[in-house]
Amino acid sequence: MKYQLEVSNITKSYGDLKANDNVSLSIKDSSIHALLGENGAGKSTLVKIIYGSLTPDSGEMKWANNKYSPKSPFQARENGIAMVFQHFSLFESLTVEENIILGLDGIGLNENFSEQIIKYSKQYGLDINPQQVVGDLSVGARQRVEIIRCLMQNPKLLIMDEPTSVLTPQEVADLFVTLKKLAADGCAILYISHKLEEVREICSEATILRGGKLVQSCIPQEHSQKELAEMMIGKKLTELARTNIIVGENIFSIDNLSRKSDDIYGVNLQNIALQMNKGSIVGIAGVAGNGQDELMEILIGEIPSPKATLNFNGQDISALNSHERRQLSMFFVPEERLGHGAVPDMSLDENMLLSRPDSTEMTSHGVIDWTKVATHSKKVIDTFDVQTPSSRMLAKSLSGGNLQKFMVGRELVQDPELLIVAQPTWGVDAGSANNIHQALIELADKGSAILIISQDLDEILSLCEQIHVLSEGKLSDAVDMKSNGLEKISQLMVGGKEEKNSKLIAGAKTDA
Amino acid sequence: MLRLIPRVENSTAMVLLSPVLALTLTALSAYLIFIFVLVDIPVSSVFFTLFVEPLIDSYYLSELLVKAAPLMIIGLGLSIGFRAGIWNIGAEGQYVIGGIAGSAVGLYFYDVEAVWLLPLMTIAGILGGMFYAGIAAFLRVKYQVNEILVTLMLTYVAVLFLSAMLQGPLRNPSGFNFPESRIFHDSAMLPIIWEGTRLHIGLIVAIILSLVAWFGIKKHMFGMQIKISGSAPRAAKFAGFDDNKTVWYSLLISGGLAGLAGLFEAAGPAGQLTPGLPAFYGFTAIIVAFLARLHPVGVLFSALLIALSYVGGENVQIEYNLPSSITQIFQGMLLFYFLACDILIKYKVVFFKTKN
Repeated sequence: MKYQLEVSNITKSYGDLKANDNVSLSIKDSSIHALLGENGAGKSTLVKIIYGSLTPDSGEMKWANNKYSPKSPFQARENGIAMVFQHFSLFESLTVEENIILGLDGIGLNENFSEQIIKYSKQYGLDINPQQVVGDLSVGARQRVEIIRCLMQNPKLLIMDEPTSVLTPQEVADLFVTLKKLAADGCAILYISHKLEEVREICSEATILRGGKLVQSCIPQEHSQKELAEMMIGKKLTELARTNIIVGENIFSIDNLSRKSDDIYGVNLQNIALQMNKGSIVGIAGVAGNGQDELMEILIGEIPSPKATLNFNGQDISALNSHERRQLSMFFVPEERLGHGAVPDMSLDENMLLSRPDSTEMTSHGVIDWTKVATHSKKVIDTFDVQTPSSRMLAKSLSGGNLQKFMVGRELVQDPELLIVAQPTWGVDAGSANNIHQALIELADKGSAILIISQDLDEILSLCEQIHVLSEGKLSDAVDMKSNGLEKISQLMVGGKEEKNSKLIAGAKTDA
Repeated sequence: MLRLIPRVENSTAMVLLSPVLALTLTALSAYLIFIFVLVDIPVSSVFFTLFVEPLIDSYYLSELLVKAAPLMIIGLGLSIGFRAGIWNIGAEGQYVIGGIAGSAVGLYFYDVEAVWLLPLMTIAGILGGMFYAGIAAFLRVKYQVNEILVTLMLTYVAVLFLSAMLQGPLRNPSGFNFPESRIFHDSAMLPIIWEGTRLHIGLIVAIILSLVAWFGIKKHMFGMQIKISGSAPRAAKFAGFDDNKTVWYSLLISGGLAGLAGLFEAAGPAGQLTPGLPAFYGFTAIIVAFLARLHPVGVLFSALLIALSYVGGENVQIEYNLPSSITQIFQGMLLFYFLACDILIKYKVVFFKTKN
C-alpha cells in the first residue's frame, strides 16, 4: 500500500491542554480522506502541523516515504501540500487572475496566467473567467478561484477546510465532481467537515478525532451517519422529532415589506410576506448575502421598517426597538456571535443584560440587580450545558459552540412566544447542534413559533414544516415539499435562473 | 525571548499592580533623565522638590488640590464619553464657554447679594458647556461629522470668543481697558473649604460627582449602554439602545461637566473672568481619564497625580531654574507607562527558549 502522507504519534500541547494526543493518520495517494471531529477535537491543530504552521511536541511525519518536518507553510507548499481555508483570502477589488498570481510563491506579476487558469478550469470543471473581478463573484466561484490557485502549485495533497458550508446544493455537487477528478489524477485530498452525509458520499476513508485523541480510522460507507456522529461526540445522539405539532392561530406576519439597504453593497428587500402560526417552525433557506442580514436586522428592530409591515399578536410592532419587542415575548439570536449577539470584552453576566425583558427583574427603572443577573446566567449555563468556569468569564474566552449555546439559551429561558434565530448551529459541533435543535423542537412543541434563517439546508429540512427561500432580497412562497421539494428549493436558491418563476410569484402577490 | 500570551480572564492582581509598576518606571526614567541633564544639583533634592514637597507643605498641598478639582470634574465627564467611544477632545472649549456663560450671569447680577446667585451661575456654566458640546453631537448625529474634529476646532473658537467678550461686553468698565471682567462679589464666589488657602468647594463636588458616576456606570443600565455602544455598536442595537442617544448623552455629560469646571475656575481661584481661564485643563483631563482607565473613582486619584506633576514642576522651575517642559515630560511618561503596563492585565509575559 502506498501512502502519500503518514502521520505517526503526533502530540501537541498548549500548556495543560493536549490539543493532539498521540494522533496518527495515513492518507493514501489518490484518495479522499475525511478528518472528522467536533470543535476543539484537534482537527485544526493537526492540519496546521501538516501545513507547517505549527511544530509538534513529539511524533513524526512521512511524506511519500521520506521524513517530513516542515518549518513553515512555505516549505509545505514546496513539498506539494496546498490548502483551501474556510475563510477565503482573496482581494475583492482584483481580478481572478491577479488574485491567483498574488497567492503563488516566487512568481512575477507580469506573467500571463490566463491560459493556464483556463486549462485547469476546463480540466476540472472549475467554471471561472480569469478577467472577472472577485468582488462580483458568488461564494462558490470564489472557492473555485482558491482551488485553482492551489492547483497551480501541482499539489500532491489538497487540504480543504469545511468547503461546503457556504455552498448551494448544486455548487456542492459540482465541487464533488471536481474533487473526484482531482483524486483520480493522483492528488490526495484531506477533507475536513462536519457534514457526515457528504463524507459518506465522497470520502473513501475517515479519521475521527475527539478531545485531541484518535477515536478510529474507518471506511465511512460502512457506518451510518448516526454512528459516525456518535463516534465524534462520544455519546448517543437524541433522535430529532416533533412529538406535538399543534399548529395554532397566526402569531406573526410580515406584510409587503420592502426596504432599500442603507449600504450600497447591501441587498434591497422586496415585497417580503410571511405568515407564521403558533407551534410551527418556519425556515428561510438561501445562500448568504441574499438579504438574510438585512431581514434579520429588521426583524430584531435594529433598523426601522415601514409602518404596518410587522405584526405580532395583532399589534403593529414596526416602530418598536428590540427591547420593546422582547417585552412582548419576541426573542432573537443573531448569526454573528462576537460583536452582535454578545459583546466579546464583557462577562457572560454582563452579556445577559443585552436581552433583559422587565419580567426577568434583572433591572428595575434602569438599576441593575447583579445578584438576579448572576442567577439568570447561572440558569442558562446549567440548563444548556455551557462549558465555562464561571459566569464572570469574558464572552470572547468561550469557544464558538459554547457561546452559541449561551446565546440560544439566554433567549430560550425566557420561554419566547416567538423566537427568531439566524444560523443557530453555525460553527457548532455535532453534539451541541443536536442539543440546540432539540431545545428548539421542545419550544415549538410547547406551542411557540420559531423562525429559522439558515444557509444550512439540512438543518432547515430536518426542523421546519414550512420552508421559504430568500434570494436577491425576495422571499418565495412556502415551498410545497410533497413533490420535488428539494429541487424547487435548489432552483429558488440560485434565483436568477428561475426568472420566470419569481415573476410569477411576485405577480401572484400583487393579485392577492 | 519574551512573548505575550492572552489571558483567559483579566488579572485582578495586575489591575492593582500595573499602576505601581508604571509609577516606578516613570520615576526610574526621570532619574535617568536627571542624571543626564542636571549639573551641580543633586538628583535627590530635585526629586524631593518635585514629588514630596507638594505633599508635605500645606500651601503646596492646597494648591495641588485646587488644580486637581477641575481635572477631576472634566476627567469624569470625558471618561464617560470615552467609554462610549465618543471622543470629545475639546473639553477645553466647553470649559471656556461654561466659564463665560456662568460668569456672564454673575456679572449681570453684579451688585446682587443673594444665595441663588451662585447656583444660577453654576447652572449657566453647565448649560454653556452642554450647548457647546451639543453642537458636535448635533453634527455627528445629523450629518455624521467626526466629533473629534468639531470639538477640537471649536476649542479655538471658544478661546477667541473669550477674548472678544473680555474686550467687549464683559470688560471691567473701570479696569483701565485691561481685558478682564470685574471681580465677582462674595455671593458669586465659591465657598472656601480650607481657611487661608484658595481651596474651594469644587473638590467636594468632584468627589460627589465621581460617586454618582460610579453608580451610574456600575449599577445602572446607562453604564451598560455606554460600555456596549463603545465596544460593540451592533450589540448595542441588538440590546435596543439608540446609538444617537448615546452620542448625545456622552457629549452633553462631558460638555456639561467641563462647563461646570470652567465656571468653578472663574468663580473660585480667579474670582473674575480673565484671558488666563483656559489653562489646558481640558486637554490634560484626557490624560487624567486614561490614567484612571476611564474609571470614575480612579479619576480622583489620577487627577491628584497629574496635579502633583503640575505643582512639583512649578517648584523645580522656581528653585532650580529647570524648564517648564519638565511637567509635560512627566505627564507624557506617566501616560505612556500606564498604557503600556495595562497590557499586563489582558496578557501575560512568557519566557521561552529559542530552539536552535
